Amino acid sequence: MLHLPILQVVIPLMAAPLCLLLKRPQLVWLFALFVSTVAFIISLLLLQQVSTTGVISYELGGWQAPWGIEYRIDQLNALLLIIISATSTVVLIAAQTSIEKEIPKNKHTLFYILYLLSLTGMLGIVSTGDAFNVFVFLEISSLSAYSLIALGKKRQALWASFQYLIMGTIGATFILIGIGLMYQMTGTLNMEDLSQRLPQVAQTKTVFTAFTFIIVGICLKLALFPLHLWLPNAYAYAPSIVTAFFAATATKVAIYLLIRFTFTVFGLSFSFTTLPLQGLFLVLGLMGIIVASSAAIYQKNIKHLFAYSSIAQVGFIIIGLSTNSVMGLTATLLHLFNHAIMKGAIFLALGAVVYQIGNSQLVNFSGLGRKMPLTMAAIVIGGLSLIGVPLTAGFISKWYLLTALIENNWWPVAILILLGSLLTVIYVWRIVEVIYFKEPLAENTSVTEAPILFLISIWTLIIANFYFGIDTRFSVQLTQSAAQSLFGLSP
Amino acid sequence: MWMIETPAFISFFIGALIAAFTRGFLRNALMIIIPIVSALHLWTLPEGIHLQFTFLNYQLIPYRVDKLSLMFGYVFHIASLIAIIYSLHVKDTIQQVSAMLYAGSALGAVFAGDLLSLFVFWELLAFTSVFLIWARRTQRSYTAGMHYLIIQVLSGVILLVGTLFYAAENNTLAFGYIGLDSIAGWLIFIAFGIKCAFPIAHNWLTEAYPEATVTGTVFLSAFTTKVAVYSLARAYPGTELLVYIGAVMTCFPIFFAVIENDLRRVLAYSLINQVGFMVVGIGIGTALAINGAVSHAFNDVIFKGLLFMSMGAVLQMTGRINGSNLGGLYKTMPKTTILCIIGAASISAFPLFSGFVSKSMVMSAALAQGYDWVWLMLLFASAGVFHHAGIKIPYFAFFAHDSGIQASDPPKNMLFAMAIAAGLCIAIGIYPAALYSLLPYDTGYNPYDATHVLAQTQLLFFSALAFVWLNLKGMYPPELRSTNLDFDWIYRRAMPLMFKNIFSFIWKIDGKVRNKIKESLSYSFTYLAGKNNKLSSMLSRNHPSGSMAMWVAVVLGVYLLLSFIK
Repeated sequence: MLHLPILQVVIPLMAAPLCLLLKRPQLVWLFALFVSTVAFIISLLLLQQVSTTGVISYELGGWQAPWGIEYRIDQLNALLLIIISATSTVVLIAAQTSIEKEIPKNKHTLFYILYLLSLTGMLGIVSTGDAFNVFVFLEISSLSAYSLIALGKKRQALWASFQYLIMGTIGATFILIGIGLMYQMTGTLNMEDLSQRLPQVAQTKTVFTAFTFIIVGICLKLALFPLHLWLPNAYAYAPSIVTAFFAATATKVAIYLLIRFTFTVFGLSFSFTTLPLQGLFLVLGLMGIIVASSAAIYQKNIKHLFAYSSIAQVGFIIIGLSTNSVMGLTATLLHLFNHAIMKGAIFLALGAVVYQIGNSQLVNFSGLGRKMPLTMAAIVIGGLSLIGVPLTAGFISKWYLLTALIENNWWPVAILILLGSLLTVIYVWRIVEVIYFKEPLAENTSVTEAPILFLISIWTLIIANFYFGIDTRFSVQLTQSAAQSLFGLSP
Repeated sequence: MWMIETPAFISFFIGALIAAFTRGFLRNALMIIIPIVSALHLWTLPEGIHLQFTFLNYQLIPYRVDKLSLMFGYVFHIASLIAIIYSLHVKDTIQQVSAMLYAGSALGAVFAGDLLSLFVFWELLAFTSVFLIWARRTQRSYTAGMHYLIIQVLSGVILLVGTLFYAAENNTLAFGYIGLDSIAGWLIFIAFGIKCAFPIAHNWLTEAYPEATVTGTVFLSAFTTKVAVYSLARAYPGTELLVYIGAVMTCFPIFFAVIENDLRRVLAYSLINQVGFMVVGIGIGTALAINGAVSHAFNDVIFKGLLFMSMGAVLQMTGRINGSNLGGLYKTMPKTTILCIIGAASISAFPLFSGFVSKSMVMSAALAQGYDWVWLMLLFASAGVFHHAGIKIPYFAFFAHDSGIQASDPPKNMLFAMAIAAGLCIAIGIYPAALYSLLPYDTGYNPYDATHVLAQTQLLFFSALAFVWLNLKGMYPPELRSTNLDFDWIYRRAMPLMFKNIFSFIWKIDGKVRNKIKESLSYSFTYLAGKNNKLSSMLSRNHPSGSMAMWVAVVLGVYLLLSFIK
């Protein structure tokens, strides 16, 4: 129990090279699934430990905190760990079936290795309490992500991956520059330590610059408008499983970093006064919602469509942050959680469609409502959740977000948010119309329902969607107390 | 007891499930049993809150039973039973399932004790009922259904926003009196108003209802607007604005109903007119007025259902519904004719028919509160109803010129359903005490004392008598020509000529104008689409890595600048 924080990261890290020994794809798949499940169980144990005994601080190799690397788990970290490990596990259930048709057989083992490395990176970013360690894990997860995207079947995948590589590297470099500048000013890399030492040197240009570099680097990673341009192609051309995994987790990790750096490392008062972050996030978030949702309406490839929708959802998440209130932060965290569930389900369902008909062009979805009823129902329910229809998880986070906005008396913003939801209705409706009201294409008349493993993983997430839309005790309590402790209020 | 805690809508949703998986006799039997069992259950139910739980720090009450909701609960059960019997012959599973879901949603809405539950059922009403329109499977019904759905969903979204504001202001979601003194109040009012077919927002109703299937319209006429009336009665009793809105609602549809040829559309207009009476009653807000509004809703569900059923029967048996194509059907459809006349008598508020015992309540309440002008408008509206629903409908369908259509009375189940409704119309009209005992307030009102009968229905009664007599004689009295019968004369005598000459002229101009508008619209649409193409390609084209990197530099520069100049 004592070593859980490090086990969380080390187990998948060690498991990755072990895959090479197993060789047979089926075995490797089961092994990866097992590892991911273990990671999930560890994250649950960590959450339980955090909620009973408070923040866990783990000193790596027994070196004391400011000098050695510290792993630090509080409720925010625990929440993120659960999101990442849970979606990773659910996505892996369908992985073997899906990659059979999308990735050449000799690369299956490599796929799982990269997948586990990427998982390691994300778990590492979230568990560590050391700023430089963040960069290391960021690179681990990003490098594996570039290769995973490059595994996509189409030639554009290479190009999308290359663009992501360039942009991702710029982002990571910015973060590194920021961390370096901070180190120069304070001589420490430990986040807790930084948060205590930074105020003494806060009013220097160097710290301003460090802050700016870090914020821009992270915004690039989380695809905040107008730094979102790399995302649609990366999501659309990656293998379906990879898209499902990244859509549910990758941007979430970046948002975690944003929250960690603004709230903990630099501190609230510094973050929100140095830059007009409230205004910036509000405007960029809103523009992101409107621009990305409008772009989503015109997409012909459904993967592109939902990729743009992800950018819009990032907008909702960021606006919650911009309210600078406990309610708003709760909404942000809730939406992190709920968005992972719904986008995971949607992209897995798209993966099932790609498995059956070979691509995800909107025209090919004609009449699939009768051919693949369960998969299509999942897409529609996921879409309803995106819109924020009651009884689905999406409603809960929208509700909190709107309540936070009304608390701040930002009526116009609330109205724009609802307008954004209306745009969501439009692009979801486009899909519904094609699925249920058109005749199937000639070449798709013999399409059947998706394989059982796909259905299991899709519907696990869909049921979670309903569950967390109705019984909100777990998600709301956890996010609320995480938000309160970030604001320095005792829960 | 779990039986008590099972909300009424659950049994209907189960019914929908059964309807989806059974066929033939079994389905028919089960579908009839469900509303009966559910109604018996409702009858034994004590008032109070039977189900509640906490959700996001708010109390949700999906099942609250009091006099007001019970009243609507009863009539929805009756209406669904009648409509189910009426549609037993329908083999289309989609219609059967969505009808059950629709009826269940309406019940869910009237028993919802908080705004969020209300919203859920509000949207369910829209999504389940639209299939009754689409089930006609024509291009027109698809378009009409789509418009219907958009408007209904819009109303739901406004309701949700209002709910949100309401919760933020009052820290509760309980659905009780709301009033118009906050943004939340206005938003919710607008949402209710759209569903209630307030003037200007009424077009969804008259467009969609006549396009639904024969049986679908019967369901539609019973639930959607009545749920809105219930909600208004719950949240805005005594809001004076409603008196004037309601008065306008009673009057303006008359003019449209008179020039309308599609008889089911005529009924749709008269539906708005009847809802107007209820809205006036709610707006006046006294015990008598609320009683009047609620009991009129109760009766309207039944007699309007009966009229829609009889017109549905005509449509089903002849395939036509335009007044100009029908006529003389009394010879071949005698039973339908009689039943239709009972419905027409009820809606026209003849004494001894159900409409009389409730409409007179609203009108006395208006007079008692000093709304003299409103009272006059209501009187005019009553005469208008009498004209277009009481006379025009049966007259054009069953009498008038003999169209020579060979038809017969509809299948037994349809006749039986109509007979139940007709029986209820007469029973309530003769023995209103049964209805009054269910009302939310005890006002000791008796419609059948001499003053009421004379003062409230004198005009109607005599004009009715006169009309019947004159109709038999085949001529029109000059003293009535100045009022509503004027229009009837136009229909009967001058229609062939007038319509052919004047209207063809109007249509010509109208056609030209519309063509012009259509041309300019399509021109601007193509223009916009072109723009849109540019826009969409601008939003989602692929960017070279260099430009992306440049954006990063720009953003970094801006951020740095912002942090330095603060």
